[in-house]
Amino acid sequence: MMTKYDRVLLAREKERPTAGNYISNLVTHFVEMHGDRRYGDDRAVIAGIGLLEDEAVTLIGIEKGHDTKEKIECNFGSAHPEGYRKALRQMKLAEKFHRPVICIIDTAGAYCGIGAEERGEGQAIAENLMEMMMLKTPVISIVIGEGGSGGALALAVADEVWMLSNAYYSVVSPESCANILWKDTNKAAQAADALKLTATDLLEMSVIERIVEEPRQYQYDIQNDIFYGNLKKDLLGKIQALESLDVEQLLENRYEKYRKIGRNNRVTI
Amino acid sequence: MNLRGLFKSADNVLEGSPNKNDGTGKTEEKSYVYECPNCKSMLTRQGVREHDYSCPECDYYFHISARKRILMYADSKSFDELMAGVESENIIGFPEYDQKLLDARKKSGEKEGVVCGRITIGKMPCCIFSMDANFMMGSMGTVVGEKITALFEYATRQQLPVIGVTVSGGARMQEGMLSLLQMAKVSGAVKKHSDAGLLYVVLMTNPTTGGVEASFAMEGDIILAEPNALIGFAGPRVIQQTLKKKLPKGFQRSEALLKCGFVDDIVRRIEQREYLEQLLLLHGGRAQ
Ligand SMILES: [Zn+2]
Repeated sequence: MMTKYDRVLLAREKERPTAGNYISNLVTHFVEMHGDRRYGDDRAVIAGIGLLEDEAVTLIGIEKGHDTKEKIECNFGSAHPEGYRKALRQMKLAEKFHRPVICIIDTAGAYCGIGAEERGEGQAIAENLMEMMMLKTPVISIVIGEGGSGGALALAVADEVWMLSNAYYSVVSPESCANILWKDTNKAAQAADALKLTATDLLEMSVIERIVEEPRQYQYDIQNDIFYGNLKKDLLGKIQALESLDVEQLLENRYEKYRKIGRNNRVTI
Repeated sequence: MNLRGLFKSADNVLEGSPNKNDGTGKTEEKSYVYECPNCKSMLTRQGVREHDYSCPECDYYFHISARKRILMYADSKSFDELMAGVESENIIGFPEYDQKLLDARKKSGEKEGVVCGRITIGKMPCCIFSMDANFMMGSMGTVVGEKITALFEYATRQQLPVIGVTVSGGARMQEGMLSLLQMAKVSGAVKKHSDAGLLYVVLMTNPTTGGVEASFAMEGDIILAEPNALIGFAGPRVIQQTLKKKLPKGFQRSEALLKCGFVDDIVRRIEQREYLEQLLLLHGGRAQ
């Protein structure tokens, strides 16, 4: 029986396909757009437009990279504020041109550093949350590996959030949690249990809407036609359903979805 | 979330004292002399209180409770608390959380980490929320998120501005992802309030970090900070451990954020009430 922490380790497995692999397997005619028009181009975030079958979609992914050079270039999948602002710029364009947005998330967390703080990491995340809550076009986010706290949430305010069966999504990494609570990073497995961070846990808690089953754990081929074919079909089906709603209904549903989180304590004044 | 040490000064002589004075125990107060942790001047409790809980000599800021903060700004007897009775439960069955909640309630004297309500400032009505550092480091769980969200919804219906005072170590890990999603939930309510053309003023106090900084603290139309408050997404200790180098002087402090363009103004505690009154006035506030 696989523990929750086993899944955390699988989510971090170096052989897992990255956001870039998903994009190239899901869409054709992909055009990448760089830059946030403010400061720079964060390589941790890939953003652009592609055709999902015959539907133009905006794709935004947090990229971890494959080899050492790539990994360093994209800061191992930890985005600076520029990355989140690049994503938001593309989302606003998607809204303008009535394209659905697909976010592909795989990050241990937002980048932790001096420049990131000085250029407003928190502000960039906050702005994304606010804008995504009311973005007038369908948004689907998929956590494909790590869903590390605010850095993941900044691309996961969506009409539907999906997770790979071995991905995790957590308010804090199990290691930091164990360190803060018990001053012992070796208790990460216990922390993982307590945090309820697996796809199954989160589906039960209505944090996510769907689990995407992985073939043979993470070791699926990067070119697995069946896996990507099914995912593409599911995405198209959901996008069609979301596009059939009028925008007011779409936004109201999205708002209500988040409004209910922690509903045991819902109060009225 | 690695912010333990930052909150040590919350256990200062002004807090949690049995001498909860409303002008009663003044003689005792005057005789109670202690040292300012910053400039080492000898202070009396009364002197500090009259100076809005800052040191009259050096402007050192003592931590103050959420409730005292509201009373500091509100016109006398104008505070009308909303959602006072809401309490957290151990919503995901997190180990040791029940005990932590009990301790936090005892330590802060509050049911949860945020106090919300209506007040008037200079007779102008507004909604206010104020976080409490003594309640699990001002962390945001589902109740904190719910109360702030409901307050924004109420303010939108009532066409009132919102003033928010933040102090927080971020999302509360004992409620797992349900805490993290409060960032999105509150942001949605802030956005609706904003789209209704209503004013939201944030005052960040020491420290405002993590998921609170990365959501509603940075979503104000006007963002203010107390001097020398620690404000950031990642905690300085985490950054230092990650980079393995010393952080620049004044890093993540209010003054640095002002320089980088992330706060509109730094306002001394003693001037905050008047400043807020002025902002309300400038945004069409009418005396009731
Ligand atoms: Zn002093």
